Amino acid sequence: MRRFSLASLLRESTQGHQGWERQWRAPEPKKEYDIVIVGGGGHGLATAYYLATVHGITNVAVIEKGWIGGGNTGRNTTIIRSNYLFDESAALYNHAMKLWEGLSQELNYNVMFSQRGVLMLAHNHHDVISFKRHVYANRLNGVDNEWLSPEECKAFCPPLTISKDIRYPVMGGALQRKGGTARHDAVAWGYARGADARGVDIIQNCEVTGLQRNPDGSVKAVETSRGVIGTRKIGVVAAGHTGVVMGRFGLRMPVESVPLQALVSEPVKPVFPCVVMSNAVHAYISQSDKGELVIGAGTDQYVSYSQQGGIHVTNHTLDAICELFPQFTRMRMLRSWGGIVDVTPDRSPILSKTPIPNLFVNCGWGTGGFKATPGSGHVFAHTLATGEPHRINAPFSLDRFRTGQLIDEAAAAAVSH
Amino acid sequence: MLLIDCPNCGRRPESEFHCGGEAHIARPESPAAIDDQAWAEYLYYRTNPKGLHAERWRHGHGCGRWFNALRDTVSDRIVTTYAMGAPRPGATDADLPDPAQVRSA
Repeated sequence: MRRFSLASLLRESTQGHQGWERQWRAPEPKKEYDIVIVGGGGHGLATAYYLATVHGITNVAVIEKGWIGGGNTGRNTTIIRSNYLFDESAALYNHAMKLWEGLSQELNYNVMFSQRGVLMLAHNHHDVISFKRHVYANRLNGVDNEWLSPEECKAFCPPLTISKDIRYPVMGGALQRKGGTARHDAVAWGYARGADARGVDIIQNCEVTGLQRNPDGSVKAVETSRGVIGTRKIGVVAAGHTGVVMGRFGLRMPVESVPLQALVSEPVKPVFPCVVMSNAVHAYISQSDKGELVIGAGTDQYVSYSQQGGIHVTNHTLDAICELFPQFTRMRMLRSWGGIVDVTPDRSPILSKTPIPNLFVNCGWGTGGFKATPGSGHVFAHTLATGEPHRINAPFSLDRFRTGQLIDEAAAAAVSH
Repeated sequence: MLLIDCPNCGRRPESEFHCGGEAHIARPESPAAIDDQAWAEYLYYRTNPKGLHAERWRHGHGCGRWFNALRDTVSDRIVTTYAMGAPRPGATDADLPDPAQVRSA
């Protein structure tokens, strides 16, 4: 892997940028791997990267039905925060936050991580009480979060209106200053480049069609559209299609797949300094470095794999945006799209062993998985390498739906579901 | 937005309806007699198919009544609606229209 540096940039800039090599190979699948990861999104690629760097396991394949980062990794609104209520969630998401802070340096790839602050607005008495509880719980867990008055919210985010004359006036907000955004594609590409350089095979356009098992029931090989690939362990990291893949392996899952929509405006000059989200009126907005307003909408109410949703869902979010930020009422929206997210009954992810020996699953991130990408990959790599969950992901087992130890995380996303 | 053919009121926009999730999930006859895994599967495990999905809808802003629908989760097109308590039309997916043809219809 040729490292990016000031020297290499200067050299290439004098030579017409002709010397840059491909960032990862396009290998043919080998007969057999130690570990096969199903799903080449951010979480799957991060898992492969940490298997190679932390655990020294490089005989690994990441197989991806389409192209890497082409699913929810490339469709989300890139918001990063870790101010979750429960101890288990705070530990998981803050583990990711700590990795985000050094990620560009670690990967030698600019993921454009920007800690511009995430402000969650309160619009009613219940919001105020609930968010203050989050602030106190977060502080006990070492997660930064602070309460702002409406005037302090306005000072932090000048486009916001704190007028008393709107339908749901702002009554304050919880601010996580360490929260922010990152470039979603770069996260997938950076992990892919790092994993590939250490010997991981990234195999695109390769769909999983079935599973072969040993006489003792454990994983033997995975059947794909590019042939049978032998493996000792499998990690399924297939987001919205987890149910489909696990169905081909003969397992039902406690997840349902629903569309989640987002949209961007025409690009404008820097006008929005932070991330603002509001659960109560359902607004979710930031500005990309290209200048587009990036707006997250809600989920549709039904199971779907259509990667599109109802226009009334995005309309509802734009109503709230126009109410809270009146100067955006004349903005034009450029594009809207949908991703398919796998939602669990308690809105917390599953990083777990499964009933099939040596088959592991990392799914159920629902509407808020991007923010956890580095932490998710880090602890799932541990789970795959050792066969047992990391201390941080142990509570996020599949078995919790049997024992009843749910992690009922209402703060799992800004979107209501 | 879906257009949903309510068995009582006819075609109406989705915003008049509430989706009640997967249909034909029967509460266990004697909960005390089944183990925790079976209870978990009743409560939390879902078919979540990429294809035809039997699901419950309630026409809250119309007749107010529940009914079932069979919908293709790739095209979102509703193949048919039928009464609560009625069996799913077609014993298997093979007896029903091919989802691919439904999509192109």
